[in-house]
Amino acid sequence: MKKTWWKILCVVILLYTIIQGLGGIVPRQPILNETIRNVYFHVPLWFGMMTLMTASMWFAIKYLRNGNIQDDEYSVEFANVAIFFGILGFLTGSLWGQYTWGDWLPKDPKIIAVEVGLLVYAAYFILRSSFEDEQRKARLSAIYNIFAFATFIPLVWILPRLTDSLHPGNGGNPAFGKYDMDNAMRMVFYPAIIGWTLLGVWITSLRIRLRAIERLSSN
Amino acid sequence: MQELKALIEKEIRLEWRQRYALNGMILYIVSTIFVCYISFALKIKGMEPIIWNTLLWIILLFTAVNSITKSFTQERAGRQLYYYTLASPQGIILSKIIYNIVLLLTLSLIGVFIYSIFLGNPVQNLMMYLTAVILGAIGFSSTLTMVAGIASKAENTSTLMAVLSFPVILPMLSMLIRLSKNAMDGLEWNTSYDEILILLAIDAIVITISYLLFPFLWRS
Repeated sequence: MKKTWWKILCVVILLYTIIQGLGGIVPRQPILNETIRNVYFHVPLWFGMMTLMTASMWFAIKYLRNGNIQDDEYSVEFANVAIFFGILGFLTGSLWGQYTWGDWLPKDPKIIAVEVGLLVYAAYFILRSSFEDEQRKARLSAIYNIFAFATFIPLVWILPRLTDSLHPGNGGNPAFGKYDMDNAMRMVFYPAIIGWTLLGVWITSLRIRLRAIERLSSN
Repeated sequence: MQELKALIEKEIRLEWRQRYALNGMILYIVSTIFVCYISFALKIKGMEPIIWNTLLWIILLFTAVNSITKSFTQERAGRQLYYYTLASPQGIILSKIIYNIVLLLTLSLIGVFIYSIFLGNPVQNLMMYLTAVILGAIGFSSTLTMVAGIASKAENTSTLMAVLSFPVILPMLSMLIRLSKNAMDGLEWNTSYDEILILLAIDAIVITISYLLFPFLWRS
């Protein structure tokens, strides 16, 4: 029970999110209409992705400090699931963009930033696949992971604030929190962030265990 | 400090002894510019400023990637081991970054000069444009030196170099293109302080991270 409570919490929160997301009462806004329900899915997926990327970098630093191969496995799997969440966030965002901005892929700094982020992690996996030796692979990819994260963060946080963005909260658009979401929505939105992040951690932990089994059985 | 000076001197001397590499890089820029000249300027009269600007930055980016790739591969593993026993890793990465800044500054200034001869020069605020070029050389060389260090450990260095460095360098490149576009339009200096500040901040982050991470790279 001690180890499974957060998994139960995750399932409960996500069930609540999905039920509220599909059937709950949401305020009617011009342009947004019913698509505002996507705020329970699209936005928390991004939050989850950022959390997973940060975790990936954290374990990369940890690996460089003590050279424990298990930390490298953590780092890779967090990056893997972060990419998966990134693609999901990208798809939900694209769907949303089509029905509100009238374009599947509008020119928007946030979208560009995310595309670059996905490119960075794709490069990370290419780098990993070009080494045979375990320790060497782990060390160099950890270095690149930290390096890329440090250059990626300015992109995500600074660039959208400098150029005009269609996203709320940027370029003179009001943020969601201020006008569009009422208190009932917030009661779903904040737990949704926790729920999706927990799901990411759960998937990651399963993949890490799978990897550990493979490593042990091959030895 | 002494160590840094000696290492930079070593890099310059090494480059000077293999002058064909330096000449090769200069020829690389000249021929790329000439290719652009033939494919663009002969067909259409008067390029759009935005195309002129972007094309120049792409040329500079590829020149940077090509010239910095060799900064770790031109010396043999045995000799690197020798440096490993002599110098601190921090000294080595800083000397390589500083040396690459000097190299890239030379190459990009030559590049801008030749580019303006062939394709015209619509820049209105030349001082600001050159500031962008200088900031670009500093940023490119500090980022690419670290990436070159990572890529040199693998087999397919040149492919990895491009794959690893392009996404990392994109934020810098887009800021540089914005700054240089401001310079082309002849805007006042105070409109571009934001861009200059961000570029300096990115450079500072990259150099600090390289300084901290290189010891781990060096050990392997």
